[in-house]
Amino acid sequence: MKAFAALIDALVYQPQRNLKLRLLSDYLACAPDPDRGYALAALTGDLDFPHAKPALIRGLVAERCDPVLFDLSYDYVGDLAETVALIWPKKHGANTALSLGEVVEVLRETGKAGLPAALERMLDALEPAERFALLKLITGAMRVGVSARLAKTAVAALGILDVNAIEEVWPGLSPPYETLFAWAAGTGPRPEGARALFRPVMLAHPLEEKDLAEFPPTDYLAEWKWDGIRVQAVSDGGTQRLYSRTGEDIGAAFPDVLSALPEDAVIDGELLILRDGEADSFNALQQRLNRKSVSAKMLAAAPAGIRAYDLLFRDGEDMREHPFERRRGALEGLIAARGSPRLDLSPLVPFATWQELAAHRASPPSPAIEGVMLKRRDSSYMPGRVTGLWWKWKRDPHLIDAVLMYAQRGHGKRSSFYSDYTFGVWQGEALVPVGKAYFGFTDAELKQIDKFVRDNTVETFGPVRVVAHQDGAGLVFEVAFEGLARSARHKSGVAMRFPRINRIRFDKPAREADTLEALQRLLP
Amino acid sequence: MDSLLLRPVPGGLYCEAGDFYVDPTRAVARAVITHGHSDHARAGHGAVLATRETLAIMAERYGEGFAGTTQALSYGEGVTIGGVSVRLAPAGHVLGSAQAVVEHKGMRIVVSGDYKRRRDPTCAPFEPVPCDIFITEATFGLPVFRHPEDAGEIAKLLHSVRLFPERAHLIVAYSLGKAQRIIALLREAGYAEPIFLHGAMAKLCALYEKLGVPLGALRPVMGAPKGELAGKIILAPPSALGDVWSRRLPDPVACFASGWMRVRARARQRGVELPLILSDHADWDELTGTLRDVGAGEVWVTHGQEDALVHQARKDGFRAKALALVGYGDEGEP
Ligand SMILES: [Zn+2]
Ligand SMILES: [Zn+2]
Repeated sequence: MKAFAALIDALVYQPQRNLKLRLLSDYLACAPDPDRGYALAALTGDLDFPHAKPALIRGLVAERCDPVLFDLSYDYVGDLAETVALIWPKKHGANTALSLGEVVEVLRETGKAGLPAALERMLDALEPAERFALLKLITGAMRVGVSARLAKTAVAALGILDVNAIEEVWPGLSPPYETLFAWAAGTGPRPEGARALFRPVMLAHPLEEKDLAEFPPTDYLAEWKWDGIRVQAVSDGGTQRLYSRTGEDIGAAFPDVLSALPEDAVIDGELLILRDGEADSFNALQQRLNRKSVSAKMLAAAPAGIRAYDLLFRDGEDMREHPFERRRGALEGLIAARGSPRLDLSPLVPFATWQELAAHRASPPSPAIEGVMLKRRDSSYMPGRVTGLWWKWKRDPHLIDAVLMYAQRGHGKRSSFYSDYTFGVWQGEALVPVGKAYFGFTDAELKQIDKFVRDNTVETFGPVRVVAHQDGAGLVFEVAFEGLARSARHKSGVAMRFPRINRIRFDKPAREADTLEALQRLLP
Repeated sequence: MDSLLLRPVPGGLYCEAGDFYVDPTRAVARAVITHGHSDHARAGHGAVLATRETLAIMAERYGEGFAGTTQALSYGEGVTIGGVSVRLAPAGHVLGSAQAVVEHKGMRIVVSGDYKRRRDPTCAPFEPVPCDIFITEATFGLPVFRHPEDAGEIAKLLHSVRLFPERAHLIVAYSLGKAQRIIALLREAGYAEPIFLHGAMAKLCALYEKLGVPLGALRPVMGAPKGELAGKIILAPPSALGDVWSRRLPDPVACFASGWMRVRARARQRGVELPLILSDHADWDELTGTLRDVGAGEVWVTHGQEDALVHQARKDGFRAKALALVGYGDEGEP
């Protein structure tokens, strides 16, 4: 438990991804089975203790601590697990070493009635940092800034495996992953996968118009890029699953889509609200997302479907090595044979020259289109963002001029720079914040903005600096963003998608920045 | 109860019988100063009574003319001011830090100033003085504050230095007391490399050495080539963290040495990569233990987390109250 607690602590304070990875790999290489497997499961969110819940912790600490002192402490610390870890009173002679494996087994296997006493014994046995790690296991979220992907990358770094190979077998595995570690170390075979697995998806690079001159148009096929959610639909021996781009199973909220899938196929496509063959906006789709289940009313009001891009498997055959053109042909046949309104094809966009394609892109036939995709005819389906095969050529972003209002320090290498900006537009005589951005500028520009922030701070609230933005003062950013939606959570009533700093307008007076009215006209 | 011997007034603690203040927060005619931190030791008093070391620290910080007249008192040595006897006992907080023991007509009050109970190689250890009224701070007066062993924190730092030989370790710490204690602890742990100092640290380190606290090889950061600072330990005041100044260091690991580092959110808020839980103040167990050691019938709490400590003191059978003095703890921790 000591080594795991030290890992959790080090990760909490380490902002840099590559150094987090180093910490993880070091731990996984040194820790024994099953400890390292449980640590991995804790980080990927695959540990669940049915009876060990936060209420249990509150009950225990109430018996062992003065309630006045506990409340004052909790107010001060702000986090239940940390407060209890620090305040837990020492019991002389109770301190013993416990491994993570032992702790997890107690939490998993002790029945509801015996759990309070078992947890109390463990809290007495452990040091403060270990208690914190234990309590975080129970409260669920580790919050150490490690994604499941990063944790799996650290496993891959133990040997010569690719992280995508681990993603493929992952859904068939369960903690403590002993077969996975053996495979990664080269001492065991590839673990057997489960049914209806997720396969890592292929991603496109953003295209700059000037790059096009280098590509012969005849090497490429073009199709519309739809503004929904990229998904992978898997149908395998009677099991249907719908995965997000990152491999999260989102099928429970989309029974309409699952029932439309053909037998034994893996389809790459865009999840959309489809009504009579017309795709609706991303906003329409949003009400169906992040649900555990869905009502019949919702199914009727917002029917979902897949607009298919690609075919990875068909009847057990792995199609990914085949050229795109061939996969596309097979996909067209499959969709036509299935004949479901919940599953259609993203049509190809015919073109002979780049100018012709640019003209199509400028006037797409549906508002749910956010650009075009270019795929090399001979490209095989390769996980990740492989250079030169697939390109996304988005519609030009929206641009507005906004005024810098607040700045906050960045993390890691940027921690000495004010690099996180909140900007606003005019509503009458006052600025109203409309978004935040922390990229889009060069290092040299960052230095300039940082200096501006330091020279023009009018007030400081903790880590936030208020930058002068009244009476003629202020710095104007040209902000680029992909779309705009109504939002009740924002004071301005609008929320931007993917805002970034496009240009810094040192030349422009703040008074001439855009107004909220102008921004609202961009709402769909 | 307000004692005639000592009572809280807007400028600090005032002794009417002897017409002097202890650690006044504004300029007064006569002051007894417990230690050199700026929230306790201010310039401009008429006459100042303190240890030789505290007077030297004040002269270093404020210049020779910081008070009209000064009088140095050794630990244990007594004087009488207007019929009130005053002596100083070690507080274990920073070099020269003292508790003021004030006695008059059979009533003894101890003003402990800031203090800690654990060993510190740079200053004399706290001496419990039995008394009628004990006046204590409560900077870390919550049971979540239990400082770990110093040796473990120093080992954590040295482990990180070995792990990242290409990076500088920037330790931010208060420039009076904490900085010198860290250096001394590093030397005790066998670290013999030169330690690099921010300009604001240099004078007080030199003064400590002059007053008999050896610190080993120290070098200024100013003028050192960036490459030479890789793998080295650098000490700077808290204002240097995330400041433009830190850009001269190679990919610095930000370390903060403070009792506040016990709480993760506090450490993350400051952008700290390696928190070091090293404090010059008593933790919860030291605070509550000290109340028992001095056996005072009554306890007054000056500043910090008064509510929790007053609550616990009452539970332990003391009469206790919070004085709610303002103006202390302004430097953050001192
Ligand atoms: Zn103080
Ligand atoms: Zn102090």
